[in-house]
Amino acid sequence: MAGIGYEDHDDGKPGFFARWFYSTNHKDIGTLYLIFGIISGIIGGYLSFMMRMELSEPGIQIFENGHAYNVFASMHGLIMIFFMVMPAVIGGFGNWFVPIMIGAPDMAFPRMNNLSFWLLPVALICLLISFFVPGSASGNGFGGGWVMYPPLSTSGAPGPAFDFIIIGLLAAGFSSIFGAINFITTILNMRAPGMTMHKMPLFAWSVLVTAFLLLLALPVLAASLFMLFTDRIDGGTGFFDPAMGGDPEMFQHLFWFFGHPEVYIMILPAFGMVSHVVSTFSKKPIFGYLGMAYAMVAIGVVGFVVWAHHMYTVGMDVDLKAYFLAATLVIAVPTGVKIFSWLATMWGGSISFSIPMQWALAFIFLFVLGGVTGVMLANAGVDVALHDTYYVVAHFHYVLSMGAVFGIFCGFYYWFGKMSGYLYNKWLAAAHFWLFFIGVNVIFFPQHFLGLNGMPRRYVDYPQEFELWNQVSSFGAYITLAGVAFFLLMLVEAFIRKRPAGANYWGEGATTLEWTLSSPPPYHQFNTLPRIEQNDEH
Amino acid sequence: MRLVYNILASLALLLTLPSIAFANKPTDGGYWLQDAATPVMEELTKLHNFVFWIILGITLFVMVMMGWIMYRFSAKRNPTASKTTHHVGLEVAWTIVPIIILLVMVVPSMRLLYFQDALPETEMTIKVTGNTWNWEYAYPDYPNVESFISNPLEKEDAGDLYLLKTDASLVVPVDTKIKVLITSSNNLHSFAVPAFGIKMDAVPGRINETWFEVNPGKEGTYFGQCSELCGVNHYKMPIEIEVVSKEEFQSWVANDGAFTTAVASYDNVSIVAQD
Repeated sequence: MAGIGYEDHDDGKPGFFARWFYSTNHKDIGTLYLIFGIISGIIGGYLSFMMRMELSEPGIQIFENGHAYNVFASMHGLIMIFFMVMPAVIGGFGNWFVPIMIGAPDMAFPRMNNLSFWLLPVALICLLISFFVPGSASGNGFGGGWVMYPPLSTSGAPGPAFDFIIIGLLAAGFSSIFGAINFITTILNMRAPGMTMHKMPLFAWSVLVTAFLLLLALPVLAASLFMLFTDRIDGGTGFFDPAMGGDPEMFQHLFWFFGHPEVYIMILPAFGMVSHVVSTFSKKPIFGYLGMAYAMVAIGVVGFVVWAHHMYTVGMDVDLKAYFLAATLVIAVPTGVKIFSWLATMWGGSISFSIPMQWALAFIFLFVLGGVTGVMLANAGVDVALHDTYYVVAHFHYVLSMGAVFGIFCGFYYWFGKMSGYLYNKWLAAAHFWLFFIGVNVIFFPQHFLGLNGMPRRYVDYPQEFELWNQVSSFGAYITLAGVAFFLLMLVEAFIRKRPAGANYWGEGATTLEWTLSSPPPYHQFNTLPRIEQNDEH
Repeated sequence: MRLVYNILASLALLLTLPSIAFANKPTDGGYWLQDAATPVMEELTKLHNFVFWIILGITLFVMVMMGWIMYRFSAKRNPTASKTTHHVGLEVAWTIVPIIILLVMVVPSMRLLYFQDALPETEMTIKVTGNTWNWEYAYPDYPNVESFISNPLEKEDAGDLYLLKTDASLVVPVDTKIKVLITSSNNLHSFAVPAFGIKMDAVPGRINETWFEVNPGKEGTYFGQCSELCGVNHYKMPIEIEVVSKEEFQSWVANDGAFTTAVASYDNVSIVAQD
């Protein structure tokens, strides 16, 4: 007897419960991650919509007090980062397409993959419980921001709400660390014959770099959360308590040592997906493939030595600020390489403007817009005026809400037919794109003005001078909401109509291995490993 | 003598009215930095505007390039795609050119950073303590001036200046290099005055320092807001600074931190309530 289950597997899928709850199949786990990401996105989106409604005019309309608003703001950040973007790009698309792209039958550790996923719902439930249990004297929930700075997260939040967040984030952190180990092992060891590192598709490269960032950054988050946890115990430690010889700023250094790589964790896989889409719809191979791959490596490496640019106003030594200023500006160089390589990929191409390409083009342009305000913020001198204002909010939503999220939708429409086996309705998808594109710009562009004019972040109420741009910004939230409605409608329509998708519905431009398989791919692919020819286009 | 002084002070008040009208606070529907009142903010604004033109140029360059590529190389106009995947010259160029742009930017940026941060010989010191949720001001150089707490005014009293106006403003002289020592009694806060180009976190267990010097002729009331999340009333701990002439400041100090009536009406909304 072969003894090893999968040797004599037919393509028969297990029953519903076994398939979705005991799942060890990378595609099923990827699907679970994507569904989870959509649910979290709806929760996180609801939180931000309520915030925008509150801010649409001066005065406190919706929330009970500033604390309730802070709880929404904090949870919006945590949920969108840890439970929407990361599960979608790494867990969802990473699980689905990294093994296929490198010609592997599955991930290296399928059961750990299952654990990675199922830690996340547990984590999200912990975060949701924290909404409803006492936080501080001002009400339920934790309102200390997604950055969780002490003393607001220690003596400032004595209730159990923040303990639930610590437990939830530790679970999410371990989920990501397991995922990272899995991806690194898979990519380094399970590439098909002939699939050298320098032939590996850019999405696999992006997930590899991301996995290393996760592996190095998340333990630091876990450690600092644990330090917060022991600081919170009566008679416990005093790492961040000046009365016990600690220093609250130490937490900020630890947090941002994780936090800055974290932003690249969110954006690098989007870089990878956009590269494939740009290449596919220009019908041209990626321009400067090696430069593109190593630009991501460079961004990952430099991303670890720039963290204190989030802390220019904490009272750091001026020479230290000078260093972080210079190091931060360096990141603009590899990022520029990526932008120009995408443009050069399109140059001379034969471009068709299908939905994924629209998202990719919007991604490139909006990421440039968010990137250049990052260059502005990197200047420590100017940052004094802009730090903790809406300028920063605008900046990071341009790179995340329009960078990472546009990357996610770009990948989603690119691979939707591949994953589900059905084609989406072009008109619903176009309505989603245009409403979303206009909506997020109307939300976030005026926030640059608010920030320059001096409006601080995390304010439930504001002086009347800020009313105009806040109103405009809140109006954008309605447009975006309509966009999201079309997205959900598109999903429902596609699964009702069931228009079958062919193996390669994008045609000659789509050259990676997933397009050699049926849509959806067989339950187990590559029973015979594919061979990659030696003279590839790179 | 007293009468003469009062008359002069009233005249001075009339003359300074316009500067009260231009009190530095956010502008209605504003879309740019607040007007500078200190050399640091002037330099900061200059650098901001310089960098702004650079990043605007880059954004427009990419936008025009993309527009051209989308037009020229659409499948309609260019049915056959080229197969070019390398161009060493181009790849070197788009690495080198950004580096040059960054070098051009980093020189004035460093100059501003060191100008802001290297504390000059200051002429007086004020101490700012962030509490939950108000600011406390002390004048270590003037022991007769008692430290006082500056609470936000409620909407009924503050009117249009709600969330900016306080019941007791920090009073400082114009044209004087002032060192600010900033600390906190519990949570983090951040002492920020946009028109002065200062923002410094108030951290328990630490004393941070920064400085400002209000330009001559810039007497008036300036407003700032707490800029580091500090809990339920984070949005409601404004900073109000009244910049007066050196003479008025001296008389304010001589008067144990209270304005004589004439100068007191400088403050056009609330009456003096320093105690």
